[in-house]
Amino acid sequence: MGSGRIHRRTAVAGALAAGLALPVRAQQGPVKIGMSMPLTGGLAAGGKSALVGIEVWRDDVNEKGGLLGRKVELIVYDDKSSAAETPAIYSKLLDVDKVDLLFAPYATVPTAPIMPMVKQRDLLLMGNFSFQVNRTVKHDKWFNNAPWGPADSWARGFIDLGMKAGAKTIALIGADQEFAQNLMKIAKDVATEKGVKVVYEQSYPPATAEFSAMVRAIRAARADMVFVCSYPPDSVGLLRAINEIGIGDSVRLFGGGMVGLQFSSVMESMGSLLNGVVNYNSWLPEKSMEFAGTKDFFVKYQKRAGEAKVDPLGYYLAPFGYAMGQMVEQAANATKSLDHKKLADFLRSNEMMTIVGPIVFGPDGERKESATLMAQFRGVVDKNIEQFRNPGKQIILFPEKWKTGELVQPFEKARK
Amino acid sequence: MFSWELLGDAIVLGVLVGCFYAAVSIGLSISFGLLDVPNVAHPALLVLASYGAWLLGDFDIDPIVAGLLLMPPFFVLGVVLYRTYHETFEKRGSDAGVRGLAFFFGIAFIIEVGIIMAFGVDQRTVQAIYIGKSVEVLDIRIPMRMVVAFAMALLLTLALTLYLSRTFLGRAIRAVAQDEAALRLMGADPIAIKQWAFGIATAVVALAGALLIIVQPVEPTLDRAYIGRTFCVVVMAGLGSMSGTLLAGIILGVAETIVLTLFGASWAPAISFTLLLIVLGVRPQGLFGR
Repeated sequence: MGSGRIHRRTAVAGALAAGLALPVRAQQGPVKIGMSMPLTGGLAAGGKSALVGIEVWRDDVNEKGGLLGRKVELIVYDDKSSAAETPAIYSKLLDVDKVDLLFAPYATVPTAPIMPMVKQRDLLLMGNFSFQVNRTVKHDKWFNNAPWGPADSWARGFIDLGMKAGAKTIALIGADQEFAQNLMKIAKDVATEKGVKVVYEQSYPPATAEFSAMVRAIRAARADMVFVCSYPPDSVGLLRAINEIGIGDSVRLFGGGMVGLQFSSVMESMGSLLNGVVNYNSWLPEKSMEFAGTKDFFVKYQKRAGEAKVDPLGYYLAPFGYAMGQMVEQAANATKSLDHKKLADFLRSNEMMTIVGPIVFGPDGERKESATLMAQFRGVVDKNIEQFRNPGKQIILFPEKWKTGELVQPFEKARK
Repeated sequence: MFSWELLGDAIVLGVLVGCFYAAVSIGLSISFGLLDVPNVAHPALLVLASYGAWLLGDFDIDPIVAGLLLMPPFFVLGVVLYRTYHETFEKRGSDAGVRGLAFFFGIAFIIEVGIIMAFGVDQRTVQAIYIGKSVEVLDIRIPMRMVVAFAMALLLTLALTLYLSRTFLGRAIRAVAQDEAALRLMGADPIAIKQWAFGIATAVVALAGALLIIVQPVEPTLDRAYIGRTFCVVVMAGLGSMSGTLLAGIILGVAETIVLTLFGASWAPAISFTLLLIVLGVRPQGLFGR
């Protein structure tokens, strides 16, 4: 016994010296997966929903006997939606909790500050719906579960749809915040590249309360399409103002990058005001989006969502949390290892089958090909969350492979 | 892009937005303007009232009616808040203002976190027959919800002006603002009067909170967006002037909307503080202060 202990200590010390601590820990106890998650603060609605998706995966994988025969344990800390919290949390996860694998928190802001650390320690990090956080860091063990793909995919999908509908001019409006401004700049570049004339460009401060004046100015510009990069309160304010003031008959396509219209509470409260809007999304309950395990997942998620008081539909984030687990599971089973380099090599060079469809990564750890949906709200009625559980309320227009219908235009007609 | 049509639209909409700003500021005009209480929790109370209107909306109660129903409990809340502030800070000495500021900041944070814990971080909206519709006046489509805010602001200003000038208690409130010691010499209890006035100021916030959720969706941290605007309106008006608050709100609303429409939305938030600096530089007592 005694000599056995000495032998093990020696092995651990040797492994540490060789910088191979994680594979040695992987020989003992449960597989610990560490993450922070915005459970309070501005990003909490999304963070909680994403976490439920990951928890469903944990329970499913444990039911099947665990990861490489070991139970999966999640270690989760609340980062309060703050970028200032995450570096310390991830240091604790690595140095105190000694986790085997890392998942990133939901969203760009809390993820960005931990990128230098994971690169420095050469660790695998599964990204969770952040946008272009690896662009400057260039870490080779970063893999984002989000469907975005190349940075210009949102704008390109929207503008392509507009051009097919005969649009030649565009109005750009967006919140005066980094994410929205980046998206707006990309949209302007894509529009210029495609010869679409920008006839109106406006940023507004995040605290803007009343959008009627801006809607009047957009109407006066008589644009053929309006690309909007807004956050949840602004998205609601803009749609209300459009309903009251009218956007004009020239507009064929309206929407693009409106954050908030993916969340159940906003969808329910906006009701029929959503009709006609063409907006980005990640997953929708359309026939073309059903993959192996998708239905089972939503049965389990929606049961838990009620208990956890999170987004009751959970289409936007939760299945991607589950998919993040599925990808790690496939990589671990294929390589028979939790070694970060081996897992990263597998993730980089193989197609992963998940409940949100097949995933192939590009060299930057983002999707090789964008799977971001552009969908048009149709036939939505007021005060009815149940309607969104059925196909037909958000018709997928882009990408072509998952298309479920044609664009109805102009926008004012599609709103009726 | 300039056009006379857009300018006309901006002025009309600015008046409506300005009246809404006045409605959400008028409670502060009493608590800060007349009573000299640094009530930085005013916008948080406003958001709290909005959540109250949202909750009552589940029982199919119109937001305006909900605001009226919330006035009595908010009156009591105001009385309790002022009594606590007075006992713990105001009566203890000359630095009450600074310490009171910390007290009301604390109250604002408690309200904000309390709302998050109780209702989550999602934004909330209400339904009413006048939300999402518009009326056409002189070829300008005007949102009905802004017309409601405009009418309520006028009514609130009129009611408070009459109350403060025609009733015994109203005149007592004005007296306590002018000379507390003289009022005490005449045998009146200034603390009881201030307590009553703070209760009225908070009750008015209940109705203003209902207007807030009519005009825009609310979420727990929305108070931060209103702290600058409300204090700007009250100080620009001249502390304690009800009609001044209405006019200052309209000036701010029109200036903001014109800048937003014709020069760029990013400049709009700077307008309130630019106007405030100009007014304080030219007329330190405010536009309508004595």
